Amino acid sequence: MDPQSVATLAKDIGGGLATIGVAGAGVGIGNLFGAFVSAVGRNPAARDTMFRDVLLGFALTEAVALYALVIALVILFA
Amino acid sequence: MAGQSIDALGQFRLTTGLGPLGRAVDFTNSNEAMLASAAIIVILFAVGISRGALVPGRLQALVELVYEFVRAMCVDTIGEEGLRFFPLVFTLFSFILLGNLLGLFPYFFAFTSHISVTLTLALFVFIFSTGVGFYTHGLGFLRFFVPSGVPVWLLPLLVPIEIISYLARPVSLSVRLFANMTAGHVMWEVFAGFMLLLTASFGILGAFASVVPLGLNVALVALELLVAVLQAYVFAILTCLYLHDAVHMH
Repeated sequence: MDPQSVATLAKDIGGGLATIGVAGAGVGIGNLFGAFVSAVGRNPAARDTMFRDVLLGFALTEAVALYALVIALVILFA
Repeated sequence: MAGQSIDALGQFRLTTGLGPLGRAVDFTNSNEAMLASAAIIVILFAVGISRGALVPGRLQALVELVYEFVRAMCVDTIGEEGLRFFPLVFTLFSFILLGNLLGLFPYFFAFTSHISVTLTLALFVFIFSTGVGFYTHGLGFLRFFVPSGVPVWLLPLLVPIEIISYLARPVSLSVRLFANMTAGHVMWEVFAGFMLLLTASFGILGAFASVVPLGLNVALVALELLVAVLQAYVFAILTCLYLHDAVHMH
């Protein structure tokens, strides 16, 4: 194999490996909404005030997944 | 496969607008979108509050809703002093919100999908909040980096960690917004590219099968609407949190 195609191969494998990080964000978002559901089950009246914080936490956790995506894009295209 | 691949990042390429004058001063489509969103905000609010009716109409109700939402966010997060920073937070929120929403339309350009734009906004917030901290507390603001209630021998370890996490703020603030917007637009492009590839590879059968990526794209539009509003909210509330840290030091 010539060096050029080895580099392309390594790039593709690296880009795929970089997306493993998304798993952590999946766990985080699942945890977040799981805790939200059980909290609303205990105290339904607090739902609206809690939901604001949940959205904030969701956005912060989702961003971690997107860092992995950015790294994958950098590996593939930069 | 057909000899074409998906050019997912081509949509973020900058082109110059406004003819030869625009080319001479490098006035790009990103700048056009910025001007458009700023103009829309100003016009919307000027028209919305021009009548100032006691019982608001639809437009005035919308304008008042946004105003009160951001105002409540400022006061709840920063405290009563937060009203001093309300104009800044409101400007950031509405500018980013309109930028995100305008970018969702075809032929429009999402300027928040460029790291140069979001990093500029985030660096401004970072430098401003640090400035507020030193202005309010003087050199005592440096105590912000010394966590209270920990043994002295741990401090050489904790203070650098605090400083690094403080310096990482503009990075995370800018990358969050930029990556969210970029990821959404790339996903659209990828699924739209699937439709072309399916049709090119399998003919009429592929054209029917491309209903699946089309449906996914429709669902993604809903998700991106949520993300556009959410990210503007997150940017604004994190600005509030940083200003809270600067004003209250804890």
